[in-house]
Amino acid sequence: MSEQVMADCEDVHALSARLGRRPKVMVTKIGLDGHDRGSRLVAGYLRDAGMEVIYTAPWQEIASVVRKAMDEDVDAIGISSLATDHLLVPKLIDQMRAQNMDDVVVVVGGIVPDQDVRMLQDAGVAAVFHPGSTRTEIVRTLIAKISEQRGAGQPDVTEEPK
Amino acid sequence: MTEQKSDSARSLWEREYKSQVGPDERRFNRSGIEIRPLYTAADREGKTGDGDGYPGQSPHTRGIYASMHRGRSWSQRQLVGLATPKEYNARMHEIAGAGATALSMIPCNSVYRGYDIDEVDPLLLGTCGTTINTIDDMDQCLKGFPIDRTSISLNDPLPFTLQGMLLGVAKRRGVPWASLSGTSNQSDYISHFVANHMFFRLALEGSRRVLVDHVVFAGRHLPKWNPISIVGQHMQQSGATPAEAMGFALCTALQYGADLQARGLKADDFLPRFTFFFDISISFFEEIAKFRAGRRLWSRLTAARFGAENPRSRRFKFHAQTSGVDLTRQQPLNNIARTATQAIAGILGGLQSMHTDAYDEVLSTPTEGAARIAVATQNILREEAHLADVIDPLGGSYYVEQLTDEMEARILEVIAVVDAAGGMFRAVESGLVQQMIGKSALEYQDKIDKGEEKIIGVNAFTDSHDDPVPPLSRPDMKLIEEQLGILQRFKAERSAADVQRALDGLSMAAADPALNIMEKIAEAASAGVTQGEMCTRLRAELGFGHPLIMV
Repeated sequence: MSEQVMADCEDVHALSARLGRRPKVMVTKIGLDGHDRGSRLVAGYLRDAGMEVIYTAPWQEIASVVRKAMDEDVDAIGISSLATDHLLVPKLIDQMRAQNMDDVVVVVGGIVPDQDVRMLQDAGVAAVFHPGSTRTEIVRTLIAKISEQRGAGQPDVTEEPK
Repeated sequence: MTEQKSDSARSLWEREYKSQVGPDERRFNRSGIEIRPLYTAADREGKTGDGDGYPGQSPHTRGIYASMHRGRSWSQRQLVGLATPKEYNARMHEIAGAGATALSMIPCNSVYRGYDIDEVDPLLLGTCGTTINTIDDMDQCLKGFPIDRTSISLNDPLPFTLQGMLLGVAKRRGVPWASLSGTSNQSDYISHFVANHMFFRLALEGSRRVLVDHVVFAGRHLPKWNPISIVGQHMQQSGATPAEAMGFALCTALQYGADLQARGLKADDFLPRFTFFFDISISFFEEIAKFRAGRRLWSRLTAARFGAENPRSRRFKFHAQTSGVDLTRQQPLNNIARTATQAIAGILGGLQSMHTDAYDEVLSTPTEGAARIAVATQNILREEAHLADVIDPLGGSYYVEQLTDEMEARILEVIAVVDAAGGMFRAVESGLVQQMIGKSALEYQDKIDKGEEKIIGVNAFTDSHDDPVPPLSRPDMKLIEEQLGILQRFKAERSAADVQRALDGLSMAAADPALNIMEKIAEAASAGVTQGEMCTRLRAELGFGHPLIMV
């Protein structure tokens, strides 16, 4: 294991200490495409870094992603997209909002044209990872975004609702 | 005396080499074969020297035909994804006007998943392929084309609903089925189960049966059709090394051959219509050696395992596509150079047909201008670089011959692992193949992350400049709505009784192995059953296609 991966692990460990549990991320694909090399790799990265990973088959219905994310009480959802499935992500976020899941981080990775990145960010996507993103970049971005959302930026944060 | 001379020349070279490079780092290709700095006649001493063989003669290391590209250029098959049947037809006529005699049909992702367009989110329709749901849609796609004189390749995963529609259109037009020629491009359900999950529609056992039915049906009715295309490309795109991808593809072909023999078919009847489809990565010499080794192995395996006697049975006919995984989002115009390099490897490797990727495939679905450059790349390599002039130009190269042997050995190791697991069907059912591919994908990615494998613009020679990229156009929603209306009218106008009868026929065939499912698919398409309805019914009977999910 490289030094960088070990450093990432330490940071996940620190986040776990603040949360009182390991950060939990669901890695999934919605829509029609089934190319899963990216999602499998990323799921492996997150698990190697010490996160708890919920990995699903491709072609999840939006409603079932929301339900599963609620049941599992995940901190973040990562959507992998190769064709145009990322266009459905705003609908996913709408359904999450309807369930008061505003504090769950949503990130997207895969083939996302520049012209769509802005649209996704406006819809509430915390980060878009393109091909060439590194293990560290993905892990660190998730740590930062989960810390922000879960109010775990400081070690002594209380459980108070925002 | 010459030997002495060459011995001293060698030690002189070794001394000079060492003094110039210092401690040499060991290098390996993607398949894990160590690559040495120099190959000489000494490496090939006592080896059979297939470089001395002739193309068109087994074991075909130098090519499957005597004339190869000099006699007939590889064919350029570019995949074209166009939203609706009407648009597809218009574009195909444009291309035909330019002299093309072959059609390639890529359906929309919704069709790959076995859904009709009224079953999925309209945002996803027609972005990657054509929305073909019914026999009318197929008729519209082929309007104005003489289908008895046009080779048609269908990207048509089983249960081969597009083929059913094509057969229905032929009947409508009074064209005999026996005159139809083309290929079922996505018949390799094992590769879908393992890697390209999108195409995996029916559960594994059901898939196995439908594929055999399909080949039996083609044997009876479609003498000019290639019913099987084995896709090593999916495995390699998914992360298998080149040697693994070739090994898995050969094992898949062996599995299908065994399944067909078990149904009573003769090897020399079905093997001549097997075709293959591979990925071409940028690992230049490795890919050339992969193709040469694969060709040689298939020539031998067909004789050894199936007792093939017809020379045509032993020909390793393959299509290849340049690898999208090697393309980068950073400095995307560099991808034109990558695609050209991959294409050269494919041509020198002796392919029969090729798709070159557009440089913007890593940014979006390809734009039109980028797709044109991809086609021009092939024309430049043939006409300006004259790559079609000499057959197997690298034959006899110490390095390429040695690498071909070593790739062959590596591929044989993969085949031995799969054989030990009970053949390809069992090896994918248990997840063994998926595990091997996942491991290779991760190892390769780690090499990139650590900078051991350099990618220009990503982890080496990075700079902040960004190439301008053209905007992507999405299908006109009005056209999609129009198509939804066409489907609605089609469903309203067909005979409900005919549809019911045809669907029951599918159920009956699914339950009775003595019946042929393909016959029923053809009947159903003619009766007006949509492809989504056929898939739904067969999924109910044979099981839904869920891949093994492994991380």
